[in-house]
Amino acid sequence: MSETYSDRFLMDILEEVTTFACVGVSGNPIRPSYFVARFLSLRGYSIIPVNPNYFGKRLFGSEVRADLGGISVDTQVDVVDIFRRSEEVPSIVEQALDRFPSLKVIWMQVGVANQYAATLARDAGVKVIQNRCPKIEHQRLYGELRMAGINTGIVSSKLQ
Amino acid sequence: MNDGPAYGFDTLQIHAGARPDPATGARQTPIYQTTAYVFRDSDHAAALFNLQEVGYIYSRLTNPTVAALQERIAALEGGAGAVCCSSGHAAQIMSLFPLMGPGRNIVTSNRLYGGTVTQFSRTIQRFGWSAKFVDTEDLASVEAAVDEHTRAIFCETIANPGGYISVLDALAAIADKHRIPLIVDNTSATPYLCRPIEYGATLVVHSTTKYLTGTGTVTGGAIVDSGTFDWSETDKFPSLSQPEQAYHGLKFHETFGSLAFTFHGIAVGLRDLGMTMNPQGAHYTLLGIETLSLRMKKHVENAIKVAEWLERHPMVTKVTYAGLPSSPYFSRIERICPNGAGALFTFTMKDGYEACVKFVDSLEIFSHLANLGDARSLVIHSASTTHRQLTPEQQKAAGAEPDVVRLSIGIEDPDDLIADIDQALAKSAS
Repeated sequence: MSETYSDRFLMDILEEVTTFACVGVSGNPIRPSYFVARFLSLRGYSIIPVNPNYFGKRLFGSEVRADLGGISVDTQVDVVDIFRRSEEVPSIVEQALDRFPSLKVIWMQVGVANQYAATLARDAGVKVIQNRCPKIEHQRLYGELRMAGINTGIVSSKLQ
Repeated sequence: MNDGPAYGFDTLQIHAGARPDPATGARQTPIYQTTAYVFRDSDHAAALFNLQEVGYIYSRLTNPTVAALQERIAALEGGAGAVCCSSGHAAQIMSLFPLMGPGRNIVTSNRLYGGTVTQFSRTIQRFGWSAKFVDTEDLASVEAAVDEHTRAIFCETIANPGGYISVLDALAAIADKHRIPLIVDNTSATPYLCRPIEYGATLVVHSTTKYLTGTGTVTGGAIVDSGTFDWSETDKFPSLSQPEQAYHGLKFHETFGSLAFTFHGIAVGLRDLGMTMNPQGAHYTLLGIETLSLRMKKHVENAIKVAEWLERHPMVTKVTYAGLPSSPYFSRIERICPNGAGALFTFTMKDGYEACVKFVDSLEIFSHLANLGDARSLVIHSASTTHRQLTPEQQKAAGAEPDVVRLSIGIEDPDDLIADIDQALAKSAS
């Protein structure tokens, strides 16, 4: 069972948010999570890396935190982007909702989904995306994947 | 991945992949006749070479005109992505390349285009690959042929030239049970008549030379990936599931998910095999696809008329067209290719080989040549041409015996086609 999200819904999110807290992001440049955070950073989003294994190091221009508790409550976190196993999602979401009252989006990466956590976040007025990648969606919606023969699903007679 | 609105086939065949050109506003997709592309800076170049970003590097890998065609074919087939290449034969090798290795085999239908039989029975052995040919009517034999070294099951939707429709869903079920992909050559059906992914195919290959282009102008191929196969579930597909040393140990499936096969096709397949489609060729095929559904309707209408007429002719002993109620495969049309059984069929002449040759030489509208899926009607005597290199047994399995003539029915006036056949049959008897 997988949820679907309209192109408009995804584009609104990608245009509205500026800061991603990437939970579980790797510092290894060939890991998919590194690809994602690096891409988002290159596209102008601020990245706050969260991973106890890289605690104190710097990635994507920012200090790596051990967990979400390491991010100051005064920091505007728009998206908590989760690169962890599905069963670990509830505790991350609970902490995020508790710590960042103006959080806009819980984003679970490809292969990650947790209905309990999704409901919890939506009940708190936070948008939820499960089993999707912000890098792929950004590349799909803004034309990059067109260069590789990917079926973007986009039909438009407008100049981009 | 794509959650956008679902567009109809007739809209996608014109618009998919082809937004106005971002540089000029050109409404028709321009022919980007360039070999290479400038990098923004060194970091950008590095990111492209590391596959961290998607962009144009060199036209052996990607080209904007070819990319538009790839997306269009992927959209029409309902796949995640597509890679275009230089011919249908190249598409077959490109589809197998990420799956195979020395000692690996495929289990394939024996009802295949003659050139494919040769490619699979002889040429791929040079790579240490092999093919086991089976009668896909006997599903137990398909199942029995699959062994621990089998990496795919292969068939054609509408087999060329036998007038045979493969039971795609049953073959997909066998492939699924063994955790291997089903590869379907959908050339003679086109996605307008059948979308194999809807029946469980993992990969769809095309000779875009045929109906997709429709004008007999260029050769090309395409491999469409459904994006649904779990390449990492078993250890059978290390090219996709294991670290790729040429990309610093990146794992394609882990990194690109449902886009892995397509990216691998570009970043490894085209990079190292070099079977690239050229932008001029892609342009002709893009133009052709814009009218695919209209042409296929007319092809099918004409084929039914000509086949029905031929079936009643006293000099004809048999017409093997799944679109005729006399065909044992007629009942499959509604389920597998509801828009028709295509426009490619064979008929058997009572008077044998000599009469076939005379008939072919006497036609005035039909062109005697080795192609199919053109707007104009075509004829060939398979046994003396496309299937010449096969053994008599292989010819029989493929439906290309010496007394059989193959027709590829075009979109001319059907009465003119019938009149042409009529006069040629008369001459063949004289």
